[in-house]
Amino acid sequence: MKFFGFVIVCLTGGLLLYGTMDLPDWGDPGSPASTHLSDYYIEHIVEETQVPNLVTAVLADYRGYDTMFETAVVFCAGLACFLLLRDFRPKKDRYFRHVPTGVMLHFKNPQTRLIAGNEFEHMDKDWVPSDMIIKTVCRILIPFIQIYALYVVAHGDFSPGGGFQGGVIFGSSLILMAISYNLKTLVKRVTEKFLSVFAALGVLIYVGLGVAAMLMGGHFLDYGMLAPLLPSDPGHIRALGMLGVEIGVGIAVMAVMVIIYINIVSEGRHDEGL
Amino acid sequence: MLWPIDLIVLTFVIFCAIAAITVRDLLGTAILFSAYSFLMCLLWAVMGAVDVAFTEASVGAGVSTVFLVAAVFRTSRRTKD
Repeated sequence: MKFFGFVIVCLTGGLLLYGTMDLPDWGDPGSPASTHLSDYYIEHIVEETQVPNLVTAVLADYRGYDTMFETAVVFCAGLACFLLLRDFRPKKDRYFRHVPTGVMLHFKNPQTRLIAGNEFEHMDKDWVPSDMIIKTVCRILIPFIQIYALYVVAHGDFSPGGGFQGGVIFGSSLILMAISYNLKTLVKRVTEKFLSVFAALGVLIYVGLGVAAMLMGGHFLDYGMLAPLLPSDPGHIRALGMLGVEIGVGIAVMAVMVIIYINIVSEGRHDEGL
Repeated sequence: MLWPIDLIVLTFVIFCAIAAITVRDLLGTAILFSAYSFLMCLLWAVMGAVDVAFTEASVGAGVSTVFLVAAVFRTSRRTKD
């Protein structure tokens, strides 16, 4: 069976390699992709949208409908992760640590309550003391990562980047917090309700901008029609609409990445994990 | 002058891809996959597709590695086959 699979993989790879021979060369000016459409984009994008980064303009404006459904796909990924993995049943075994002495207590009956107040803290089963160097470095590093993520979102019109990358970087800064401290630190600050609302809000901002353009009398996602709503000169209105769309994508992606991470690492219980 | 860099990185990409499917330690596979993504990011950057390189670096080498490590943490570190 293994040999059979190996033969199939080799055959498919060989066919794909054979198929690439028909593809145009890299950077070939006569290839179909760079004869009709690319010329139009290169000549007209800056005067039509005032956005210097052509990739962002194509993704968020000319192909805005595609990007909207990409955002919806990311949202659906988070939703599927939540529906498959989330587990609301309470946990039977609980561990508590006496803070001054470090003694661990193991409770097998979920009904048992601890009478003592702040001297005990809830602990994970495979708890390891977090390293001071890692904690300190991450605490200093996380705000800079987040500022960089916001920069990537806001500067996506002028330089490489945009909502998707910025959202992923922001989400990974939150994941770094969960890894360097523990999962409870993250879940306490960034609650599940907050994440769910933000994941839906990002898609809503995107679709809402499109519908707003429709209500103003244009086509769906025709940002030029938003000119009376936004405080800007009409020349830059498309760049501003793209920025709004990128912010929506960034919010949705950030929330979905954190939702997926929390659900995977805690088996859907949101209590303990990596 | 760019093409030797291209070829060297491509060789490393192929090494990483083969190693990622042959290594039996799944945590090592996750790290090798991260290295693969990062080298692909270098390739995209050499070819001038900076936006794609950015996405590959943040998603492929960053977040997906964390997801794989989290999945390994919750399942097993050894493959069956």
